[in-house]
Amino acid sequence: MKRFTTLTSRAIPLLRDNIDTDTVIPSREMKSTGRTGLADGLFAPWRYADAAARTPDPAFPLNQPEAAGQRILLAGANFGCGSSREHAVWALMEWGIACVIAPGFAPIFQANALRNGLLPVVLPAPAIAAMPWADVTIDLPAQTVACGQSVHPFAIAPEPKEMLLEGLDAIDLTLKARPQIDAWTARDRALRPWVYPEQQP
Amino acid sequence: MTGPRTFFAKIWDAHHVADTAAGAALIAIDRVFLHERTGAAALKAMAAAGRPVHDPARVFAVMDHIVDTRPGRGDQTLMPGGQAFITETREAALAAGITLFDVTDPDQGITHVISPELGIVLPGLTLVAPDSHTCTQGALGALAWGIGSSEAEHAMATGVLRLGRPQSMRVTFTGQLAPGVTAKDMALALLATHGAGGGAGHVVEFAGEAVRALDIESRMTLCNMATEFAAMTGIIAPDERTYAYLAGRRHAPPAFDHPHWQSLHTDHGATFDREIVIDAGALAPMVTWGTSPEHAVAVDGTVPQGPQRAHEYTGLAAGTPIKGTPIDAAFIGSCTNARLSDLRRAARLLKGRRISPAIRKALVVPGSMAVRRAAEAEGLDKVFADAGFEWRESGCSLCFYAGGEGFAPGSRTISSTNRNFEGRQGPGIRTHIASPETVAASALAGAIADPREMMR
Repeated sequence: MKRFTTLTSRAIPLLRDNIDTDTVIPSREMKSTGRTGLADGLFAPWRYADAAARTPDPAFPLNQPEAAGQRILLAGANFGCGSSREHAVWALMEWGIACVIAPGFAPIFQANALRNGLLPVVLPAPAIAAMPWADVTIDLPAQTVACGQSVHPFAIAPEPKEMLLEGLDAIDLTLKARPQIDAWTARDRALRPWVYPEQQP
Repeated sequence: MTGPRTFFAKIWDAHHVADTAAGAALIAIDRVFLHERTGAAALKAMAAAGRPVHDPARVFAVMDHIVDTRPGRGDQTLMPGGQAFITETREAALAAGITLFDVTDPDQGITHVISPELGIVLPGLTLVAPDSHTCTQGALGALAWGIGSSEAEHAMATGVLRLGRPQSMRVTFTGQLAPGVTAKDMALALLATHGAGGGAGHVVEFAGEAVRALDIESRMTLCNMATEFAAMTGIIAPDERTYAYLAGRRHAPPAFDHPHWQSLHTDHGATFDREIVIDAGALAPMVTWGTSPEHAVAVDGTVPQGPQRAHEYTGLAAGTPIKGTPIDAAFIGSCTNARLSDLRRAARLLKGRRISPAIRKALVVPGSMAVRRAAEAEGLDKVFADAGFEWRESGCSLCFYAGGEGFAPGSRTISSTNRNFEGRQGPGIRTHIASPETVAASALAGAIADPREMMR
């Protein structure tokens, strides 16, 4: 996984509530079983005046000249609701976004983001309202977001924080607990035999 | 010794393998279910990393998301490039040794319809799938939730997930539903009152007299929309109905006589982090007016003031009565409302009637091939066809637009699905979600209609 420590970027505002993953990356833009080739379809319904012809809508924040190369997205409440598609995270990251700041995230999106090194930061809406197009600095070790004279603390659970800071792979980490998992499974097999079907021939 | 516990806490504790150094938990996962839209990606990534599936006997896959639903289908799909998802999922599933319900399998159907039908999900189990509507299966008393592809890999490779413990919420529906009001309306009423983000961070237990009175299929409809509430999942404690439903299912145990099965409920005196109480007796059929499932109103109500963008997208101003809004298309299907009881209730309204000539496309897509066969055995297919609906093979179909089959540009659809997002059913398509009976009544009227006025 990609490491995340600190980041300074201009913040691109997309301050709508309930932005769903169908809008982040529509089903029709998920054209292969891989995890790449998705940036072009990011926010396709909003970003393009004509999605088929890929004609940009100049008014959409990501299309504005000052958005080029920026890494922080500001969003409304319940960002990433809807479909579980991890493609939403992959598309954002492929475009260049490394952090989304919102008053809240849908849980599956939040988990997907943390597993890929995209930092979801929850801040109150009034704090976010002061940030559009401003330079914003995220300090993950200190758990702060700085914008102008304001410094806002944010919460993150210790484990995902550590994994982001170190760029740890969750599966590698868990496989180190294989003996514990196997011992637990052996005990559970006796307690709940119906959970463990015989291997099909 | 532990005090009284919630049902959720019992499942969590029973699956707790270990704490991690940084304060998360390793939680054992009993079942993983994949579909072709996200499953191939997970299996291929595992193969590329040289990670085998830890216990293939507990992993299942089905083709449901982008399969064609027109009769006589094969691997071809109208979605551009769609066939690769099917063939690559098949190859990856075979290589991994997991159980696959393929396109032409008699057991094929939507993940959250066939998993209960086949007894793959059971009370007290943990089940994950890279699909947000996995919460549907909480209706059987399992802790079942949607995850991403990376987490699906994690579960398959290790048998556990690394999780922070969610909070608990109980949503109690008191009283009795009035005729014509359904589990779908309960879910939409919860969303309208408490918002699409209202359940964030919580596992929601649905309880109360009105929940107990629901049949198992209707309980699935209610739990299905827990993800629309931003909850980790929804869950309903099993009862006699649950075990009667599961008895004799292919993957279910031969008997439910172990004391374990009787322990799966919230203890008297257990406390929840949050409680919501809703009077089910006061509910009316609900329909959405905007672009979030929280934008729902009683079918005899008026459009409230919402986000300007939602009003503009659906073309409905605040104060407009929702009933009588002309529609162009009707869809009965999806993991929310495409089970036999859903089709029966819609068919009861449609029997001997004909949908409005204003309806340009009307589809019924059964939730599984087993549902389709059972419906045909009762002649429901004829009722739908005579009324003017197309009768399809099973799949997710037009619950979302994948670039293949779609509704006519500009259509306003009434749909028994779960999401009315901008563009969900196609660019510019305006979706109104409602119960199957409200969809049927509206198709007859050619406009959003109150099913209570057409019931017999």
